[in-house]
Amino acid sequence: MLSRTADNLYWMSRYVERAESLARILEATQRLSALPVDYGGSTNEWESAVATAGCTASFYTVHEEATQETVIDYLVFSDQNPSSIRNCFRLARSNGRAVRTALTGEMWDALNGAWLELKDLDSRGILKGEELGRFLGWVKSMSLRVDGSAYRTMLRNDIYWFSRLGVFLERADNTARILDVKYHVLLPEIERVGGGLDYYQWSAVLRAVSAMTSYHWVYRDSLKPWLVADLLILNAQMPRSLAACYGNVGLYLDNLARAYGMQGPSQKLARSMRAKLGNAKIDDIFQSGLHEFIVDFIGTNNRLGAAISEQYLT
Amino acid sequence: MAAFDEMTNADGSIRPAYAPLAEWLRTAPPDLLTYRRQEAELLFRRIGVTFAVYGEKEAQERIIPFDIIPRIMTTKEWRGLTQGLEQRVKALNAFLKDIYGRQEILKAGIVPPDLIYLNPAFRPEMAGKSVPHDLYVQIAGIDVVRVDADTFYVLEDNARTPSGVSYMMENREVMIRLFPELFGQNRVAPVENYTDELLATLTSIAPNSASSDPTVVLMTPGQFNSAYYEHSFLADKLGIELVEGSDLFVKDEVVYMRTTKGPQRVDVIYRRIDDEFLDPLVFRPDSTIGVPGLMSAYHAGNVTLANAVGTGVADDKAIYSYMPDILRFYLGEEPILKNVPTWRCREPEALSYVLDHLPELVVKEVHGSGGYGMLVGPHASKQELETFRKKLQQDPEGFIAQPTLALSTCPTFVESGIAPRHVDLRPFVLCGADGVRIIPGGLTRVALKDGSLVVNSSQGGGTKDTWVMDV
Repeated sequence: MLSRTADNLYWMSRYVERAESLARILEATQRLSALPVDYGGSTNEWESAVATAGCTASFYTVHEEATQETVIDYLVFSDQNPSSIRNCFRLARSNGRAVRTALTGEMWDALNGAWLELKDLDSRGILKGEELGRFLGWVKSMSLRVDGSAYRTMLRNDIYWFSRLGVFLERADNTARILDVKYHVLLPEIERVGGGLDYYQWSAVLRAVSAMTSYHWVYRDSLKPWLVADLLILNAQMPRSLAACYGNVGLYLDNLARAYGMQGPSQKLARSMRAKLGNAKIDDIFQSGLHEFIVDFIGTNNRLGAAISEQYLT
Repeated sequence: MAAFDEMTNADGSIRPAYAPLAEWLRTAPPDLLTYRRQEAELLFRRIGVTFAVYGEKEAQERIIPFDIIPRIMTTKEWRGLTQGLEQRVKALNAFLKDIYGRQEILKAGIVPPDLIYLNPAFRPEMAGKSVPHDLYVQIAGIDVVRVDADTFYVLEDNARTPSGVSYMMENREVMIRLFPELFGQNRVAPVENYTDELLATLTSIAPNSASSDPTVVLMTPGQFNSAYYEHSFLADKLGIELVEGSDLFVKDEVVYMRTTKGPQRVDVIYRRIDDEFLDPLVFRPDSTIGVPGLMSAYHAGNVTLANAVGTGVADDKAIYSYMPDILRFYLGEEPILKNVPTWRCREPEALSYVLDHLPELVVKEVHGSGGYGMLVGPHASKQELETFRKKLQQDPEGFIAQPTLALSTCPTFVESGIAPRHVDLRPFVLCGADGVRIIPGGLTRVALKDGSLVVNSSQGGGTKDTWVMDV
């Protein structure tokens, strides 16, 4: 397969996944910001959403203040934000269009349809927040449609594997960034400072990855910060956890290595991270520093992206 | 002007090729054609979605009208035509080999040297260089028109990167879906094997240094090119990679493509990109869609380009007028297909004849194409005639003139019902190291306006499916 084709497939999936993550972050943010300040809601929830999306610096070159309207505008519609939801769908479609014949008709319809609907969308109601919930639901359903049509219709060969790699690398990055921004509310000593009010912050973290119900199924316990961290980092059953993402990244990289008859730096890197996540205990992670762990993970994930690019996509 | 109609003779009798179709048209319920046409539009709009996808807004306009009444030729008629086409393409290849080689035709005084050296499509970089298997034109589209039951004229040789073959194939697909009963009753020669024949042709021309299983790719300028749809359509059917310039690189005079398995050697490039953009080190330095060093690999004999570089010098309208002599010179045979008599306005006698007879003639720019910059004398206004008279006097070298041919007509389903409309035909000729292949059929273009002789899609032309069948 042409490296350019693989590159387009990989980025097509990354952008769709990124749009979905943004939608989940915004959902959790809107919920938190609606709470009275006494319940853990605070005026800087929107600022925190920008941080979670990883674009604090670029945001403040465009807006002076992080309010509901400026943050929604920047994260959803802005042309100046290369990773706004709108740009994510535009880029995903443009990547898909460049490899149109490698995609199934269903996949293309999903990608193309999403962009055509979003292209000329009226932003007013969404910026005010009235239509935000419905819009974010639509974003998630579009991502589900792309994902589902890929899962149901694509031949299981390198075309599929490269597109899946994009999904899981992006998802791992997003989960790690949510943890990075909210790690302080998960730390026991801060819990004492914030008291029971952090409950809403923890639940917001879980909601941002659609894991509220899963949490209760897995732990059968009230919300505890170290269990939230355990679920998001180490629980391989939880589809957005770092362990689950790396299970899949490893799987698809191994498939490629087998099909091409060659291992490379990306397989090695993925395998060592997968082993690290498989052997870790959440207590040890907290003891040696949750923040350090997450920062290290994000760094490794970026290096893996670069290694995949070097090995296959250029 | 009484044109030859391919279905109905002057006495009202039906020509044999069209007998089954005429009978079917006579007995078909009146609404059926309208209904099928709507269905065809739907099918093409679905294909058209693919067009629109690539070029977006302006692409909507690029969907070419399709006429659902097929144009029919008998196997016997077709056989005669193919002999002429094969002869013509052989002559084109011999001419190009000579022009970039010993130039005997110039020494013999048959073609004036300035027509070669001053021709913008002449590539001095190719002079004295050989190409694999001595083949320059591997894929040709020879535009022909018919004037009576036995006579075909060549209107134009397309020896660069002729397009339109995807219409030939898709028109047939749509017709089979719309009129299964007609295909059941008539033995129409298939065209779907065109891509198999094309792949066999491309594989056959691999350089000698290639492995026994050569790698063939199709090179496109990219998704914003107007013919991108055809490029991706063909690559898909050929089962080869559709590459852009940035997918290829040259190392030690060998071309490689960047793949997920690492660099893979490329042996044959079916390029749908013009000469000037192929290699920024040799041609236009501002080309971002080419491959630096490609020409060095080509000259080293490590890659075959189809078509070769510099073929444009042979399909020029000025050279066209010399084709009968060119053909006799190399093959020692009489041309089977006629050339339209052509006045070269560069010759003073011809110019004065043309100026005297302007209202009867068709005047074309030597380097023009697509039906632009053309004067159809009998249909032109006084003012248009005067404008052209001035142009001719100012720049006689830039023009040729031809008599207005009575292009044949075919029954066509238009607003007013079924009516005769003028047509031409572009058959595709494949020329490999192992022989010439011609798919029975081609792209029939039809001038949808009553009386119009201009079939180009940019000027309101449409297309038809072309049937070659036993009668």
